Amino acid sequence: MSAHSSASASATSSPLKGYFAVWIALLVGTGLTVYAATLDLAPYNAAVALGIATIKATLVALFFMHVWHAGEKLIKVVVISALFFLLLLLGLTMTDYAARLWS
Amino acid sequence: MPDSSTATGLHTGAHNPALLHHFAEPEQQRDAASLGMWVFLATEVMFFGGLFCAYLVYRRWYFPDFAAASKTINMGYGATNTAVLICSSLTVVLAVWAAQTARRTLLITSLILTMILGLAFLGIKGIEYREKFVEHHVPGASFSFEKVPIPGHPDEYANPRHAQIFFSLYFVMTGLHALHMIIGLGIFLWLLAMAWKGRFTPEWHTPVEIGGLYWHFVDIIWIYLFPLLYLIDRHL
Repeated sequence: MSAHSSASASATSSPLKGYFAVWIALLVGTGLTVYAATLDLAPYNAAVALGIATIKATLVALFFMHVWHAGEKLIKVVVISALFFLLLLLGLTMTDYAARLWS
Repeated sequence: MPDSSTATGLHTGAHNPALLHHFAEPEQQRDAASLGMWVFLATEVMFFGGLFCAYLVYRRWYFPDFAAASKTINMGYGATNTAVLICSSLTVVLAVWAAQTARRTLLITSLILTMILGLAFLGIKGIEYREKFVEHHVPGASFSFEKVPIPGHPDEYANPRHAQIFFSLYFVMTGLHALHMIIGLGIFLWLLAMAWKGRFTPEWHTPVEIGGLYWHFVDIIWIYLFPLLYLIDRHL
């Protein structure tokens, strides 16, 4: 119940300022990604690009998709389990291929 | 059935006409719809996840060829499309907010703007695909990637067979993403028709909310596709 009332309270106060702030942050992030791609960061180019992408995706999920204010805790469980199984898929596959190419 | 009398008893009082009888309150009904959409999106994460996994494996194996192939894609189109999708995500949250606060004009304007931005994305994608067809970079019988130097190694050429794997992944991943955009445009056309008829109220606008979730998810996929496909070794 408390989760519901806090969700509806945040809906009544205008969230527009936050939406525009997230929008600007996403555009700045896109500019940063393009700029970082032109720099020679030795082995870290991919890490920086994926790091910025993950920050942008997190902003979209938390604020545009309202995961942050989700009244229903099950939504957070679904989001976290989707990420968990994605990391399981990518992580186990990549450790397999990394260990296979040692010869 | 001893419980049926109490169950009907609960529903004899006046309640919101948009509330289906098997839900206790509007919040529960809305949360159930959102949860259903999130479960669908979790399956979509795994759907695209398989492609991202294939991409990572081949990128590890054929990195220099992937870098050479990635450099032939127009980065400007990709960056512009990223900005276009981010702007469309903003118009989607504005549409949801307009539905929550009963602003009909803003709702209809935001839905139309979202569709215009979605069509702009597909148009730019079409120009990009056309260039790839002209350059014979589309996998298949007419594929050609001869004497393309590897970034950082001007005296070495990329292996066309390995570059073809990059372009296969490029077309499948961006193509599947574009298919999601087309489906999204269909959903938003329907939302627009419903909004035009005045079907959405602050009490019930679930289709706008879960249609918006879908659109944002497609945006997130693109946020990852852009650096992975367009920005490999651009500094060399």
